[in-house]
Amino acid sequence: MIGAAALAFVVAIGLMLIRALKGPTLYDRVLAVNSIGTKIVLLLGVIGFLTGRPDFLDISVLYALINFVATIAILKFFRYRSFQVSLTRRPSGGPK
Amino acid sequence: MGYFVFLLGSLAAIWFGLSGMTKPLILAFGAVSVILSAILAYRFDILDRESSPYARLPQLAAYWAWLVVEIFKANWIVIKACLRSNLDINPALVKVKTVCESDLAKTVFANSITLTPGTVSVAVEGDKILVHALYEEEAGPGAFDEMDRRSRLASDGRSKA
Amino acid sequence: MTELLSFIDAVRPGLGAFLLLVGSLLAIIGTVGVLRFPDFYTRLHAASVTDTAAVTLAVIGMGLLAPSWVVMAKLVAIWLFIFLTGPTASHAIANAAHTAGLEPLIGRQGRGEDEGDAS
Repeated sequence: MIGAAALAFVVAIGLMLIRALKGPTLYDRVLAVNSIGTKIVLLLGVIGFLTGRPDFLDISVLYALINFVATIAILKFFRYRSFQVSLTRRPSGGPK
Repeated sequence: MGYFVFLLGSLAAIWFGLSGMTKPLILAFGAVSVILSAILAYRFDILDRESSPYARLPQLAAYWAWLVVEIFKANWIVIKACLRSNLDINPALVKVKTVCESDLAKTVFANSITLTPGTVSVAVEGDKILVHALYEEEAGPGAFDEMDRRSRLASDGRSKA
Repeated sequence: MTELLSFIDAVRPGLGAFLLLVGSLLAIIGTVGVLRFPDFYTRLHAASVTDTAAVTLAVIGMGLLAPSWVVMAKLVAIWLFIFLTGPTASHAIANAAHTAGLEPLIGRQGRGEDEGDAS
């Protein structure tokens, strides 16, 4: 039954990959990548339980954090075309 | 000072929860890293009521519990919309006026809207939040009033509407 | 009381695996929604099903399977991280799309004929 859950996560990731490859806009792709990241966090935990080594959860925790930072970094880069802009204390809007 | 102590306590709890070891050497490493992180946070000047809201923790936890129930109710609607054989949705952009004043309350409120499936906060301008909803009926006037009131109560502690 | 505890212990693995399975099925449902919905903003809603319900159910399921409290603490940490960072990431994506000028579809979609597109 745990194996079935792992398989279901793999199927979900595969389906989401279609959206990431097809997505008409940049934001669809970022959304798909973020969602794949969330599913991979869960899949890693499930694999840990499947093999009887729950230490895999450490990798899950790290993946959850890296996933968030990666999403924000991609969005920041495509908004300002640079990583060297401070995101705080800035009136609303962007370069436009 | 209270912020500093609370930050130390929660960092130590996170460290111990993630490692779970009680060897003296490892514990010493943990203590050093916790104190270094707290000093870094102090140097970054982010030690305030937003980063360690210790005084409002019980209220925020109660709000959190209420929110999880709401999230599950809203999930059901979106799941039905996903599985319906012919697409039937009614997306809309709505401006919601909030009574929250502090940044913390606004953040809690906007994040609650985003966390609830079916509604996403798109932009925050002053005391108005631009919300995109999957169904216009779900985001009609007054739909967010209770969430608004509760998030204000939880993060600011004043109950007047 | 001891009978109740032993009953819980007996039912724990089955219930945990079941909740895990339900969570993974919800992840598939959310993905199907992301594939089906017509524009970016509506896809965001479908993705948030995965971010909330699927994560919660899967984490509760894994918690029921967990052998020790350290594993449980890590699961709680994962749940909190995802619940705190998920809406921030969603809002960042939506806000970036809005700032870039991506117009959302407004008005009733589907149901055979397409009537009254307000945008």
